[in-house]
Amino acid sequence: MSRDSKLHRWHHRMNFGESLYLGEVFRGMGITMGHLLKNLFWTKDMPTVQYPEEHRDYSNRFRGRHRLMQREDGTEKCVACMMCSTACPSDCIHITAGEHSDPSIEKYPETFEIDLLRCVYCGLCEEACPVDAIRMDTGIYEIAGTSREQFYVNKEFLLNDNQQGTL
Amino acid sequence: MSVVVPSLLKITFLLTIILGLVPVLIWVERKGSAFIQDRTGPNRASIAGIRLAGLVHPIADVLKLMFKEDFRPEGSHKFLYALAPFLVFFIALLTYAVIPFGDFIEIAGVQYNLIVADLDIGILYVLAIASLGTYGVVMGGWASNNKYAFLGALRSTSQMISYEICMGLAIMGIMMVFSSLRLSDIAAGQGDLIWGFLPKWGIVVQPIGAILFIVAVFAETNRNPFDLPEGESELVSGYHLEYSSLKFALFFMAEYCNMVIGAALITTLFFGGWNIPWLSRDVIVSNVGIVMPIQLGLQFLLATVIALLFFMRAKREKNKFGDNRDREPVFMGVIATLSAAGAVVALGATPWTLGPGAASIYATLLQVGAFVGKVVFFCWVFIWVRWTLPRFRYDQLMSLGWKVMLPLGLANLVVTAIWLALV
Repeated sequence: MSRDSKLHRWHHRMNFGESLYLGEVFRGMGITMGHLLKNLFWTKDMPTVQYPEEHRDYSNRFRGRHRLMQREDGTEKCVACMMCSTACPSDCIHITAGEHSDPSIEKYPETFEIDLLRCVYCGLCEEACPVDAIRMDTGIYEIAGTSREQFYVNKEFLLNDNQQGTL
Repeated sequence: MSVVVPSLLKITFLLTIILGLVPVLIWVERKGSAFIQDRTGPNRASIAGIRLAGLVHPIADVLKLMFKEDFRPEGSHKFLYALAPFLVFFIALLTYAVIPFGDFIEIAGVQYNLIVADLDIGILYVLAIASLGTYGVVMGGWASNNKYAFLGALRSTSQMISYEICMGLAIMGIMMVFSSLRLSDIAAGQGDLIWGFLPKWGIVVQPIGAILFIVAVFAETNRNPFDLPEGESELVSGYHLEYSSLKFALFFMAEYCNMVIGAALITTLFFGGWNIPWLSRDVIVSNVGIVMPIQLGLQFLLATVIALLFFMRAKREKNKFGDNRDREPVFMGVIATLSAAGAVVALGATPWTLGPGAASIYATLLQVGAFVGKVVFFCWVFIWVRWTLPRFRYDQLMSLGWKVMLPLGLANLVVTAIWLALV
């Protein structure tokens, strides 16, 4: 039986060598010293990321903070159909619909607010949207603030390419 | 006068070494444990961007502890609660009085022994003071009026009683071999050679005793794998649970001071004390023209390698942070270069022969350096073992102490006695 499978047995009786402890203690000390030397001389190989200065690379499919898409003329693509706020499992999207001056568009959101403290970043709003108006492709995950109001982001914030996490 | 001034100087030297080692040991503990566990460890505190790989953190820690609230829980014993940390720290520092950190130093024709109090019952003093250390722990645990602190204190007592016996038995073997209770005699006796090549260190003449003693010292200093008095998984943090601010800092520092004593005792009793194997005082004095350049050359080599490493790092990580921290590798590299240059200058200025007085002082310094080096190594072993082994279960601790180490210690004593009677 190999050494490892022995270790995983619940009722493993130590053999004589192991019950002396000393040999096993030195073996363990060898393992820890190996780690120490490896990390001392090959510091670059350590998995630690020096966070505020360095960032990890995330996949392009990573769901970060939402943004609202614009038409070519700079107005919001959203037609206030309420599909996203209906699909939202955490009830964090609040839209007030208003009548658009252009008869071919029908409706537009007068307000479009997302409560980022409630959001679970599931991406259902993105999938529900019929006009591709809401996306979570910003890759922003540093969502921090000093008051609750800061997390209640509005339409203007989401529409323009803001790089901050919160208001 | 002739006694007081040298004694004060010796005490100052020892206190500087010990209290200077404590923050360094805390740093080594944090950084070493981090590297052992594949983390980077503390590296944020800085002075003008110079972080010294986390060495600034102890300063930050102490400042933080100084400004914290000094809290006393309701129902605690006011006097004993305040006394306990001071007692622990005081007793931790007392043991150093009998530890010889060098042979003697000869200045202006007068020989000064490098030991604060050369007691003829040095070992008994060590044992007595070591067991007194428990009083502070028990006092702290009991006066806190907290059941976890109390349980921690109880565990500390029973552990101390169990392992002190093995410690005494292990020391008894050494005592028989060197036939003295005076620590300076034991240290000096380890300078001899057996059969002309094997240093007569305690570990060579008493291997079982050495193992028993090292294990017992681990238990006495409450370090892992014997740190049951503060087992945080079941006792939150044991006897110092209720302490905060500088009182906690005192407990914390006392733990490291105890570690340094433990290391100093292991060194003195079993690893030759201040002796450098095969390099006795006479050999150093008569060959100072060879020993000194070698020592300086090694120092130079080490400093150069470190300087090169830092400069390579500075080149590789150029503008990594975009602030003062980018200057750090260059700063460290310049310091290492300067120390390498200093070694070169010293090497160039080394006369191939020193006067007998200067050579004797150089030999003493080398021996003190050897002692400090060994102590630092054993401090590192304490840290190394802590981050390698899991904690013993309470019944395992007791059965190891009473059923394995006690009989082994007695058997070792009998074998030693027979061997000494035959040889």
